[in-house]
Amino acid sequence: MNKLLERLAPFVFGVLALGLWQGSVWALAVPAYVVPGPIAIFNAYLGDYKILNPALLSTLTVTFAALLAATLLGVFLAVAMAASTLLRAAIQPWAVILQVTPVVAIAPLIIIWVNQPFVALVVCATIVAFFPILSNTAAGLAATPTELLDLFRLNGATRWQTLFLLRLPSALPSFLTGLRISGTLALVGAVVAEFVAGSGGFASGLAYRIIEASYRLEIPRMFAALVLLGVSGIIIYAALGLLERFLLRGRNAA
Amino acid sequence: MISLHAVTKQFPNGTHALEGITANIEAGEFLALLGPSGCGKSTLLRLLAGLDAPSSGQIAWHAAHQPGPGDIGYVFQDATLLPWASAAENVYLPLRLRGRGRAESAAHVSATLARVGLAEFAGTRPKALSGGMKMRVSIARALVCDPMLLLMDEPFAALDEFTRHRLQDDLHRLWRESGKTIIFVTHSIYEAAYLASRILVMSPRPGRIAANIPARVPEGPTRRESAEYIALVHQVTETFRQVMPA
Repeated sequence: MNKLLERLAPFVFGVLALGLWQGSVWALAVPAYVVPGPIAIFNAYLGDYKILNPALLSTLTVTFAALLAATLLGVFLAVAMAASTLLRAAIQPWAVILQVTPVVAIAPLIIIWVNQPFVALVVCATIVAFFPILSNTAAGLAATPTELLDLFRLNGATRWQTLFLLRLPSALPSFLTGLRISGTLALVGAVVAEFVAGSGGFASGLAYRIIEASYRLEIPRMFAALVLLGVSGIIIYAALGLLERFLLRGRNAA
Repeated sequence: MISLHAVTKQFPNGTHALEGITANIEAGEFLALLGPSGCGKSTLLRLLAGLDAPSSGQIAWHAAHQPGPGDIGYVFQDATLLPWASAAENVYLPLRLRGRGRAESAAHVSATLARVGLAEFAGTRPKALSGGMKMRVSIARALVCDPMLLLMDEPFAALDEFTRHRLQDDLHRLWRESGKTIIFVTHSIYEAAYLASRILVMSPRPGRIAANIPARVPEGPTRRESAEYIALVHQVTETFRQVMPA
C-alpha cells in the first residue's frame, strides 16, 4: 500500500500542480502570450506537432550522436589514464579545463571552425557530456581490487587480459553511473549548442524552435517545446537506469 | 623447498615490515605464520609469491621446486571473486588466463568445485553464495592449476566459528591427502595449533621470527580435544608471553 502510494505520488503531485496552474490562469485571466495554461500548451503541441516532432528528432539525433562520441572518447581516455601515470598527468588537467570552460563560450568558435553544422553541434554536446564518463570510468578502473590484480599477476595475465577480463568489468558500474549523468548532459549540450548556433546553425532543432517562438511571442508553442525537452530528458535518464539494472543484474559489491 | 636468508622488507613510506627473516620451508609441510596484526606475516607471504621483492636478503627456491606459472596458489583474506561471473567461471579463471579452452577445462573445473563440496553451485553467482561458500570457491580457484605450493592469507578470519571449523577440517584433510606444501598466515593461536605441522611465531615492528615450534598433534576426529593440541596451544601462548613487548 505504501509502495503503491509512493509510486503514484509524483503523478498525483503533477496532476495537482497542473490543475492549480490551469485554475490560476483561468481565475486571473492571464493572457496566453504571458503564461499559457497546460491546456493551451497541449493545444499548441497538437497544432504544431508537424514542426515540433521533427525538431525533437533533430535534437535527439545530436544528443545520441554526442552521447556515443562522449562514451568512446571518455572510455578511451580513462583507459589511457589507467594504463600510464604519465598519460594521466598529461590528460587530466586538460580534461578539467575543458569541463570548467562554459560550452556557451566555446560554442561560437566551434561553429566557426567546423563548417558542417550537425558536426559542430555534436562536438559542442560531446564536450559537455564526456567528462562524467571520463571521471567515473577512470575512478572505476582505479578502484579495481588490488587482490584481484595480484591474482591476475600471479597467473601471468597479459595487459589485455587484465584490461578486458578484470579492469573494464570492474569499472562497469562506475561507467554506467557516469553514462547516466552524461545522457542528460548531452541533451543539455545539444540544446545549448543549438541556442548559440541560432539561425546560423542547423536551424531545425527544438532550441531553434524555442528561439523562433519567443521572437514571435508564440509562448504556448515555446512551452510545448520545453515540455518535449523535459520529457526527453526524463526518458533518457530512466532508459539508462534500466540499462544499468539490466547490465548489473546478479552482481554485488563482493 | 624454499630457503630464506636474512630477508628484510622496508616500504618506501618508511614502514619496516620485516627484519632478518631466515627460515627453511620443507616440501609437504603445513607451515603456520602466526603473529599479531602488523607483524609482517602478510608481507612475507607476498614476498614468497613473488608479488613483492625483498629490500635485502635472498629467497631461494631449491632447484627441484623452481615454481613455474600455476605452481603457486594464493588465497586472500576475502574471497575476492569476480562478482559478474559464476562459481565455475571464477574457478576457470586461472586456466583461462593461461589460454586453456573453456570446453577442455569444463570437466576439471567441475571436479575442482566438487573437491570443495560445491558441485551443485557451479552456475551460482557470488552474490547468492554464503561467506563460507565464497571462500570455498576461492580455494577451488587456487587449487585448479594443481599448485605445489598454496599460500593462504588469513582465509578464514572473516567467517563465523562453525563455518571456520568445517573449512579448517576440510583444508587439513586436503593437505594430508594431496601432500601439497601450505603456508598459512593467521593471527589465531588455535587455528595455527589445529592446522599446522609447524608454527613460526612472529613478533611485530619490525616483523621477526620469534620462535619455531614443531606441532605434533595426532590425526583423528578428536584432534580439537586431544591433550597434545591443548598442550600446543599452551606452549604457543606461553611463547607469546615471552616474546611480545608488554
